[in-house]
Amino acid sequence: MSTASTSPVFIALQANYDTMPIIEAIVADNPLAQVHETPAMVRIVAPGRLTIARRSIEERIGRDFDLRELQLNTISLGGTVDETEDEFVIFWHDIEE
Amino acid sequence: MQVDIKTASVKPIRNTFAHLERRFGDKPASRYQEATCDLQSEVNFHYKPLWDPTREMYDKARTAIAMSDWYDLKDPRQFYYGTYTMTRARWQDGADRQMHFIEQGGLLQGLPQDLHDRIVAALVTLRHYEWGANTNNAHISAYGWGAAITQAAMMNTMDRLAMAQHLSRIGLLLDGAIGTSLPAAKREWLEADAWQGLRREIENMFVTRDWFELLVAQNLVADALIYPLFFGHIDAELSAQGAHSIRLATELLTRWQDENVRWVDAVIKAAARDSDANQVLLAGWTAKWREALVGACRPLAERFLGSDAADSFGNVVAALDARIVRLGLETGT
Repeated sequence: MSTASTSPVFIALQANYDTMPIIEAIVADNPLAQVHETPAMVRIVAPGRLTIARRSIEERIGRDFDLRELQLNTISLGGTVDETEDEFVIFWHDIEE
Repeated sequence: MQVDIKTASVKPIRNTFAHLERRFGDKPASRYQEATCDLQSEVNFHYKPLWDPTREMYDKARTAIAMSDWYDLKDPRQFYYGTYTMTRARWQDGADRQMHFIEQGGLLQGLPQDLHDRIVAALVTLRHYEWGANTNNAHISAYGWGAAITQAAMMNTMDRLAMAQHLSRIGLLLDGAIGTSLPAAKREWLEADAWQGLRREIENMFVTRDWFELLVAQNLVADALIYPLFFGHIDAELSAQGAHSIRLATELLTRWQDENVRWVDAVIKAAARDSDANQVLLAGWTAKWREALVGACRPLAERFLGSDAADSFGNVVAALDARIVRLGLETGT
């Protein structure tokens, strides 16, 4: 028996013009995500799972986006990463009972 | 001794300029929004221009299209000066490397004379088309309303010069940089029968006053025929005849057109969405120029594609028609 973890995962991005549309996309795709703005950094926290979708970022920036570009502005993240061309997912593995 | 390091968070008093706050709410605006929205001067023009005394210097009435907000004609690529020049610099680097590779390998040299002449006649001649497109977009930029459309049109004029230059470079690669392909291509444009239809329509565009009609004619209809025809079918045919690396040289043009289509479609969709009257106007212009330009391009397909001409040109026209339907501009015929 296992249940999906709801421990918080997070990603912290630099606060700049490149990340504005990315943060907007993350917030739109993850209704449970909370955004904490600190000086020069934006920290997004969500329970259990945070999905960053290439398509939603591309819609907002009007060009092709490679999810690896995220690394340029990522300060830190917490969780297990599952990365494909289309999605960058941060999550915690299920809890075995 | 104990040192406490504390961070003090200073919230900016304003997130953005007031005019952007009125449009998008009180949040940080993107560079594109800052460099685009409400830049057009709207009042206090003082004198009517001598060259058009019935209108203001900048006047919305220079097109029959009416918009409730002219800044809806946004560029999905979000190009302002900075992003535009950076993107194009990267493209230029790539194109330079490709052309250098072709030159070093002598890939376009030593072709049979008749194939060489066909490439000059087909591709190098198009530099005159690009110059025409440059002029047409300069008209849009000069007489349009709102920085959203005029800045994108201005960037398009620069792109057109780049395409014309790139085509000239293909000519120079062919003739070993002595430049004989350029006057030969000009003679084609001015004298060869197959080109005269297209040349006539380009010149008809030069005397089209309504800038939005010009945008439809040049950037929607003419490009939708010329680009797939020349950089999809004709270059493939030239490649099959032995100029194998020609598609390496034309790749830049295909890539640019793919990008440009997104801008053109977004602008036309936004205008059509704004009112039924706009939609009717756009559909009418599209039908008018489709008719004229399909007729003008057919002889070019026949000349450069031989027996495949009817099929290939049929595909090009069908793709344009499908795009017209997608944009909601079909006329009920």
